[in-house]
Amino acid sequence: MADIAIATPPVEPVRSAGYWQNVGKRLIRDKTAMAAAAVLALITLAAIFAPIVAPMDPLQGRLINRLQPIGSEGHILGTDELGRDMLSRLIWGGRLSLLMGVTPVVLAFFIGSAIGIIAGYAGGWTNTLIMRTVDIFYAFPSVLLAVALSGALGAGLGNALLSLTVVFIPPIARVAESVTTRLRSSDFIEAARASGAGALTIVRVHVLGNVLGPIFVYATSLIAVSMILASGLSFLGLGVRPPNPEWGLMLNTLRTAIYAQPWVAALPGAMIFLVSISFNLLSDGLRSAMEVRQ
Amino acid sequence: MSTENAILTVRNLRKYFPIKGGILGKTIKNVHAVDGVDLEVFQGETLGVVGESGCGKSTTARLLMQLIEPDEGALYFEGKLVGSPELPLKAFRRQVQMVFQDSYSSLNPRLTIEDNIAFGARVHGTPAREALSRTHDLLTRVGLDPARFAGRYPHELSGGQRQRVNIARALALRPKIIILDEAVSALDKSVEAQVLNLLADLKAEFGLTYVFISHDLNVVRFVSDRVMVMYLGKVAEIGDAEALYATPLHPYSGALLSSMPSMDPDNRTMEPALTGDPPNPIDPPTGCRFHTRCSVVGAVCSQKEPTLTQRAAKHLVACHAHDPASGYVALKAKEAAE
Amino acid sequence: MTAPFLSIQNLGVTFTGGTRPVRAVNDVSLDVAEGEAVALIGESGSGKSVTMRAVMRLNPENRSKLEGKIMVGGRDVMGLNTRALSAFRGAEAAMIFQEPLLALDPVYTLGDQIVETIRRHEPISKEAARARALDLFDRVRIPSAKSRLDNYPHEMSGGMRQRAMIALALSCRPKLLLADEPTTALDATVQIQVLLLLRELQRDLGLSIIFVTHDIGAAVEVADRIAVMYAGQIVEQATARDLIRTPRHPYTLGLLKSRAHDAMVKGSKLDAIPGAPPDLANLPEGCPFAPRCFLADAGCRTGSIGIAQISEGHQARCRRLDQTALRDAG
Repeated sequence: MADIAIATPPVEPVRSAGYWQNVGKRLIRDKTAMAAAAVLALITLAAIFAPIVAPMDPLQGRLINRLQPIGSEGHILGTDELGRDMLSRLIWGGRLSLLMGVTPVVLAFFIGSAIGIIAGYAGGWTNTLIMRTVDIFYAFPSVLLAVALSGALGAGLGNALLSLTVVFIPPIARVAESVTTRLRSSDFIEAARASGAGALTIVRVHVLGNVLGPIFVYATSLIAVSMILASGLSFLGLGVRPPNPEWGLMLNTLRTAIYAQPWVAALPGAMIFLVSISFNLLSDGLRSAMEVRQ
Repeated sequence: MSTENAILTVRNLRKYFPIKGGILGKTIKNVHAVDGVDLEVFQGETLGVVGESGCGKSTTARLLMQLIEPDEGALYFEGKLVGSPELPLKAFRRQVQMVFQDSYSSLNPRLTIEDNIAFGARVHGTPAREALSRTHDLLTRVGLDPARFAGRYPHELSGGQRQRVNIARALALRPKIIILDEAVSALDKSVEAQVLNLLADLKAEFGLTYVFISHDLNVVRFVSDRVMVMYLGKVAEIGDAEALYATPLHPYSGALLSSMPSMDPDNRTMEPALTGDPPNPIDPPTGCRFHTRCSVVGAVCSQKEPTLTQRAAKHLVACHAHDPASGYVALKAKEAAE
Repeated sequence: MTAPFLSIQNLGVTFTGGTRPVRAVNDVSLDVAEGEAVALIGESGSGKSVTMRAVMRLNPENRSKLEGKIMVGGRDVMGLNTRALSAFRGAEAAMIFQEPLLALDPVYTLGDQIVETIRRHEPISKEAARARALDLFDRVRIPSAKSRLDNYPHEMSGGMRQRAMIALALSCRPKLLLADEPTTALDATVQIQVLLLLRELQRDLGLSIIFVTHDIGAAVEVADRIAVMYAGQIVEQATARDLIRTPRHPYTLGLLKSRAHDAMVKGSKLDAIPGAPPDLANLPEGCPFAPRCFLADAGCRTGSIGIAQISEGHQARCRRLDQTALRDAG
C-alpha cells in the first residue's frame, strides 16, 4: 500500500531470473570452473565417439612395436607392453573409467539423498535408526569397504559399480540428513505445515529445491574419489578385466614397464589425475556459484 | 469485540522440552516452556500476549497452531475439539494461520512470491488458475502490485514488503484467526506503522481474530482488546487492555509496564522496577514463579502456586496478594500490626 | 567554550566492495562534549552504526573510503598508524555491542579476558589487574562479582553478559564509550537496568557516550542530546528535550507520530510515513527524504540541502523548516 503509494503507470509484469539461472550465470563467469568443464567435455566426447576419434584399434597390437616412446611415428603417445596404441587405449579407456567414476556417484546421489532426506525430515526415532545404520558403513575406510565388498561379490564391472555405490551412499546420506535437518526448522516449513500440507507435499515443494543443490555439489566432489577407487579396484583385478582398456587397469599392467618407458607408464595416471582434478575444480566453482544470498 | 463467543479455547496446555544427556540419551531435565495455560480467544478480538524471553509466548503460539504436540491439554475451535472426527487437524489448520517474526526465513527462497502464497490453496485442492488469481488479489490487497512482485523472489524485496507477502500467505486460506508472532518487531518504525495499519484494515475487512504476540508494550496496548501477561510458562494476568495497563493487578505486570522507557526527557526512569534477569525455565522457582523477584512477596508465595482467578470485571490474575483465602493477606495484616 | 572531546567533521563513508559504491555516511558532523551522552537514532541502513564505527576506524579499510575529520581528545583518528590505533582502541575509546555472546571470547573466563585486556595496555601485575577486574564487576553491579569473574560467557544470563561486556570495555579507563544497540536484544525489565547503568557510568566516571539505537525511548533514557540519522545524514540534532518536544525535521516529526503510544485512541490509524528508505547505492538528488516527505517541493529535489540553525544547539537539514514551525504552532 504505502510502499508503492507513488502512482506508477501499469508495468510489464516483472519476472525475476530463477535461482538456478543465476547460479548458471555466475558459474559461466568462473574461468577456472569453465576450463575444468571444457577439459571434462573434451574427454567425455572423445570417449563417446571413440570409434571415430581413436586412430587405431585399442585391442590389437603388434608385439614388435611394444613400448614405443611418446612421439613415435604412428603412435603419438607410444605403445603399451603388448604394442597397442596408447592414445587409442586412453580414449577408449575413458569410456569405462568415466562410467565407473560417475555411475556409482549418480546412483548413490539418488539413494543417499532419499535416505538422508527421509531421516532429516522425519527426525526423532526414525532419524536415529537410519543414521546409526549409516554410521556402521561409515566406520570403515572407504577403500577397505570397496575392496572388501568387491572381493566378496566377485570380480567384474557390475559388482565393482555396486560396491562403489554402497561406499558412497553413507557420506551422501549424511550430508542430505544434515542440510534437511537444518532446513526443517525454518519458518517457511512450519508455515507449510500450518497450511495443512502433508509431509510428502512439503518435501516435494519446499525441501527438495533447497537441499538437492548442496547435496549435488558434495556429490560432484565424490566423482574424483570414485574414479580413483574404481581405478584401484581394476588395479587389484577386482573391476574391469583385461584386455578391456580402463585407466586403472592400464596403470596396473604398465607398471612393469616403469623403468623402460616411465612417461608412457605414467599416462593413465595422468588421465585419472586430470579428470579428477577437473571434477573437483568444477565442484568448487559450483559451490561458490551457489553460495549467494537467495 | 463484537461478541463474547470464544472462538478458540485452551484447557490446561502443557509443553515441556526435554534436555537429553548421558550416553543413553535419558531425559535429565525439562524446560518448562508452557506449564498449564488456560485461555479463551474471543471472536473478533485482538488478544495481545506479552512477556519476556522464556515466558513461553512463542511456544504457546506454536501449540495453538498445532505445530508442536502438547504434552497435555485440549484445544477447542468453535466448541469442537481439535483433532477429533468432528474437526480433523487439516480442517482446523486452514482456520488458524501465522505470521512469523523473520520475514525472510518464513518464505521459501527458491519459490517466487506468487508460488509461496499459492502453496496453501493448492494443498487444499484449489485449481492452479484460481489459486493464482486469488494470490494476485491478495497481493493487491496487502499493497503490492502483482505485476511488479508476483514473479520475484523473496530476497529481492525489502523487509516490509516481505512481511506483507507473509500476511497475504496467511490470508490465502481464508482463516478466521491469525497468530502474529512478533510479526512487526523486526521492521523499522516507519514501516512498522504501515504494516500495523494494514493489519487493522484486513481485520475489519475479513472479520479476523488476532493473537498478537510482541515484546513491544506500546504496540500491544495500541492493537489489543485484551492482553495476556505471561511469566515462565504461566499466565500471570489477563484482562482488558486499558484496564490492565491502567491498573495492573499482578506485581510482574506492574514491573513490566514500568520498565518501559520514558518518552519524557524531564521525567526519566530513576529506579529499575526489577533487578536481575528472569530465572531459567529449566528449574522454575517453586510456588509462585515470580516470588524470587517480587517486591511484595509473602511467606505463602514460595510454597503455594497461585491459581488464575477472576478479581475484577473480565480481569483474571494469578497472585496470592489478590486472594483473600491464600493466607497472604492475613499474614501481611499481622506483619503490619506488629 | 572548551573544545568538544569528540568532534566529527564532514564525515563521509563510501563502501566500494560491491558492484556499485554505497554511500553509507554523507557529510556528518557531530560534537560530543566531555561527559556528554549523545544518541544516534535511525532505521537500519541510516548510517548510525557506520558513523560510530568510523570513530574507532572499524570499517573495513580496503573496502571503504573515508572523508572528513575525526578528532578525539585533540588527536586526529584518521592519521593514527596501526600501533597508535590499537593503543587508542580500548584506552581512549571502547565499544560495546548488541550481542555480547559474539563479542566475548567463549573459551576464556571473563576475569581472564579483562586481565588480559588491561595488561595489554598497561604494565601492571596480574594481581593488580585482577583486583581492577573485580572493581569493574562491582561497578557494573554484577552480584557476587568475585565468583562471577571465573564464569565463561555462556554461563551467564543475557543481562549479566551485557554488564560483563561493559566491564570489559571500561577495563582500560576509556573516556569515550561507543554503544551499538546494547539493549536491543534484552528483555524489557533488563533493558531498563542496563540503560540506567550507562547513565550512572556517564555521571560517575565522566564518560562521553555515543549510544546508537533505533528505539527513541531508550535514547531518551540515556542521552543528553539526540541526533536523528536518515540515509547517511544527520537530519536533525538537538537536546533530548528539544527533539522530543519541538521536533522540526519532517522525518523526525513522522517518526514520533508513527509510534504507538499511551495517548493513542484505539482503532485510530497510525500516522505512518509512506514509502521506504532510499537505496544508498542510488540516492535521489536533493534531500534523500523528499520522496516520502509531505512538505517536499521541487526545490527539495535538486542540489544539496544545507544545515539550518534553529536555536542554540538545535539544527536540522531541511529547507522547509518554516512550514514545520507553523505546523507546530498550529
